[in-house]
Amino acid sequence: MSEITIDAKLDCTGLLCPMPVVKTKKALKPLEIGQTLEMISTDAGATPDMQAWSRQTGHDLLSAEELDGGVYRFVIRKTH
Amino acid sequence: MPTDNHKPRRLAIVSSKGTLDWAYPPFILASAAAAMDWEVGIFFTFYGLPLLKKDLTASVSPMGNPAMPMKMPFGSDGFQNIDWKIPNVLTSNLPGFESVATSLMKKSFKNKGVATVEELREMCVEMDARLIGCQMTMDVFGFERGDFIDECEIGGAAMFLEYAADADVNLFI
Repeated sequence: MSEITIDAKLDCTGLLCPMPVVKTKKALKPLEIGQTLEMISTDAGATPDMQAWSRQTGHDLLSAEELDGGVYRFVIRKTH
Repeated sequence: MPTDNHKPRRLAIVSSKGTLDWAYPPFILASAAAAMDWEVGIFFTFYGLPLLKKDLTASVSPMGNPAMPMKMPFGSDGFQNIDWKIPNVLTSNLPGFESVATSLMKKSFKNKGVATVEELREMCVEMDARLIGCQMTMDVFGFERGDFIDECEIGGAAMFLEYAADADVNLFI
């Protein structure tokens, strides 16, 4: 399904807004430019929030998909 | 950066209410904006000022909010979904209602995965949001600088307005 290499993982299961975007920002900090972060969320509002977060920060949202059972998976690439 | 001139976007919020339910929106919006690399400033004035106290004691108002659903954070799904219509005339006169309603709200929020107000405030500080306490409110209510967290600034209306004049989003909460 995904050939993208994942450099770091972040589990936001059980956390509601705004924690997924807040924790994503924090988790991205130690990464090098070009590295990727996988974030897992169960927040039903996470998809539009992550899309907006990506547009606002300029970091690439490489994939946003709903796995089964209300679990969402995002892959972000740090761009700056 | 997404904006044309490479200048980060800015969010300016006036936080004027200090009950537990009203404590959430400013800190949620501020931390989300800071997570998007926006500049953020919150001006805490009148009843919002105590949200900067070292010891946060925000609670649910006994007068309540007519639109606030009162749900139990325990029991079966059916029981939890019941909206207890408790009239304000009753809640405002019921001894202990304030602490009961406050602990119910805290428990419900915790069960659902909402961060506490303390945690959200900590996030804002960590992400360099400017938290500005209103000097005039301090004087009127008899607070001291030492009552508030070290990370906040103290200022007045002119200071906040100058900051807000350059904001892309201005909110009064």
